[in-house]
Amino acid sequence: MIIERLRAGWVELRRYPSALMGLGIIAGLLMLALYTVIAIPYPQALEAWRGGEAWRMHPVNAEPLWLDRLKGGDAPSTLIIEHDAEEVEETMFTGGRRLRIPLAFDFGYADFPGEMNLFLRAEDHAEAPFARLSWLTPDGRDISLGGHRLQPRHRVSISQDRELTRRLGGLAPHIGLFADPASDAVPEVLPGRYRLVLDVVVFDEQADIDATLVVYGRVHGIAGTDHQRRELSLALMWGTPVALAFGLIAAVGTTLTTLVIAAMGVWYRGWVDALIQRLTEVNMILPLLPILVMVGTLYSTSIWLMLGVVVVLGIFSAGIKTYRAMLLPIREAPYIEAARAYGASDMRIVLRYMIPRILPVLIPTFVTLIPTFVFLEASLAVLGLGDPVLPTWGKVLNDAQTQSALYNGYTYWVVAPALLLMLTGLGFAMLGFAMDRVFNPRLRNL
Amino acid sequence: MIDSATSAGRRVPLLEVDDLHTWFELRQWGFRRVGTVHAVDGVSLALAHGEAVAFVGESGCGKSSLARTLLGLHRPTQGEVRFDGQALAGLGKADMKAYRAKVGYVQQDPFGALPPFLDVRRILAEPLIVHGVTDRTERERRIRAVLEEVRLGPVDEVLGKFPHMLSGGQQQRVVIARALVLEPVMIIADEPVSMLDASVRVEILDLLRRIQSERELTLVFITHDLSTVRHYAERIFVMYAGRVVESAPVDELLDHPQHPYTLALLSALSDPDADNALRLREVPGGEPPSLIHPPSGCRFHPRCPQAMAGLCDRDEPIEFTPRPGHVSACWLYQ
Repeated sequence: MIIERLRAGWVELRRYPSALMGLGIIAGLLMLALYTVIAIPYPQALEAWRGGEAWRMHPVNAEPLWLDRLKGGDAPSTLIIEHDAEEVEETMFTGGRRLRIPLAFDFGYADFPGEMNLFLRAEDHAEAPFARLSWLTPDGRDISLGGHRLQPRHRVSISQDRELTRRLGGLAPHIGLFADPASDAVPEVLPGRYRLVLDVVVFDEQADIDATLVVYGRVHGIAGTDHQRRELSLALMWGTPVALAFGLIAAVGTTLTTLVIAAMGVWYRGWVDALIQRLTEVNMILPLLPILVMVGTLYSTSIWLMLGVVVVLGIFSAGIKTYRAMLLPIREAPYIEAARAYGASDMRIVLRYMIPRILPVLIPTFVTLIPTFVFLEASLAVLGLGDPVLPTWGKVLNDAQTQSALYNGYTYWVVAPALLLMLTGLGFAMLGFAMDRVFNPRLRNL
Repeated sequence: MIDSATSAGRRVPLLEVDDLHTWFELRQWGFRRVGTVHAVDGVSLALAHGEAVAFVGESGCGKSSLARTLLGLHRPTQGEVRFDGQALAGLGKADMKAYRAKVGYVQQDPFGALPPFLDVRRILAEPLIVHGVTDRTERERRIRAVLEEVRLGPVDEVLGKFPHMLSGGQQQRVVIARALVLEPVMIIADEPVSMLDASVRVEILDLLRRIQSERELTLVFITHDLSTVRHYAERIFVMYAGRVVESAPVDELLDHPQHPYTLALLSALSDPDADNALRLREVPGGEPPSLIHPPSGCRFHPRCPQAMAGLCDRDEPIEFTPRPGHVSACWLYQ
């Protein structure tokens, strides 16, 4: 039985270290894919990858934390300082209240933060409150950050304050506010406890103010963030199941259909075979990538449509010729004639007697075929034909390219997805080549 | 349905072949007809229940094509094969399948005849599965019984083996077991021993003969070896260029050959006699005739030492009966 053959193959396969390593890599990727699908459900991942407000607390283009520490850096992580209701000093006056909200934090990193934003919420106020911001440094300086009439959802982009930049001697606020006045040419961080104090005049008896200061870091998580503040780890993780599913479905789809069609042609011969061969020859000269680009441009870049086109164009592929060449001598084998003589149906002969004969030779080809489809999907995404909503490795590369990641020094943005793609290719190739040695009789005794 | 029980006994022939022609068209570019191979070209005969017959002839005389036509693997171009009085050509799909269960096939190359990726149990189960024996224990019982019958043991060990683990003789026993597992009434054996070691040939031939007599099977041997035929067949048909040129009971034909071609075949037999070592034999020269352009008249006439100009090269010989029970298609017996 074919099962026994495979079992014997497995025993032999275990002797190849490359097969075990390949299997290890594939198992790792599968586990990551499984974990991702369970931990971050599909709709949630799509929603998050769409970007926007949900990511406002994340830094832009932050390096992975471990990478910075590995390089010996001490870049800050993001600090989020929520206001503490207990520390709010409140004084009443006719027609309103006066609130003094301190937002204090310790800053001890050697490097400056990347950006600063203050998020204020002043909902249900009859009249817009007024806030005056002042910045207290550890060495006792008091720098005014100006006054703001607060919208219900108010955002003070401290880093964007041109006037403040001018007052700080040309330094961007997120640098100037943290700089040691003693340092001259190159600003250095003054470590210690910083405070942002909000003096708010509220024209309401009840309504409250909610303040959150975000001191954005320069490093974030294990994979960093992109230009839209999105965590790259989300796309890298979700890219795994998408890549594996795409590769596997495309490989299974094309291999099985190709195999069955080739076997049909060989079995029925005559015009069936001729038709299949001519279709294959026409299809073989059709260029896959330009057709995919065309479909992507004219219809949609949905990954399912792309998958469908890849499989459909893969049906009458060069594989038909190979399988036909392998099946032709099998068709004439005496055991096939014996099967006809005891009354086996055409279907049974094709599916049970002819195809199993070449299946062992086919499995290694099939395994090495998977990463080519993974790469194809990534290439499409890099060309801008990736699924518009799905986070994938190719999309990350595409974003990195459009944002000139390498020019700007964001190597991690390119390296991480490229590494995952290479790992996938390596895993399947190592397993596939070892399987080829085991299952392909012509390579057996080499 | 074909029901052999209704025609039990020897009076009604089991298999009748009537003016059978099996031609193959040679095509160029897949459609242009460039010639026709007359593999079987006008064969008529009748086989009785439980009869063992042999078809003898050199390579390319059409005996294997005849076997395949009888098995329903080739569609006859002309003429018909009747089994139990029913023409094969007129059978529907289900009846044809039933016919296939009634006729077993033993091939020449035992290793090629067994699917290399299936074990013996599965190989023998396949025909049963195809013919709707769904009960696993029933299948197992029949497989074991048939393995006992072909003397292939120990059964438990053999069942799990793959063809390449068996010797040639054992493989041929599996092939015979597969032909028998559907309990056929007729076995067609196409050169069943020609690819086996000389040491096991006799065993396999004895096995076939024993099974044939025990099961009262009709046995059709296809062979090119006249030396063993006497012990395993009751009647011999000598074939030449797609036709039967001579037929007779085995002893009659071997002791009193009539047709010049049969004489030539017999004289070519190796005879383990020391006197023969230095004696030159008279063997007719020439090659087997082309089946695409068969010779006119008697097909043997270009090689025949007794060919009569103006007759043999022009008119096809009809069947003569030079001795009782002995049919020979040769103008010599006009």
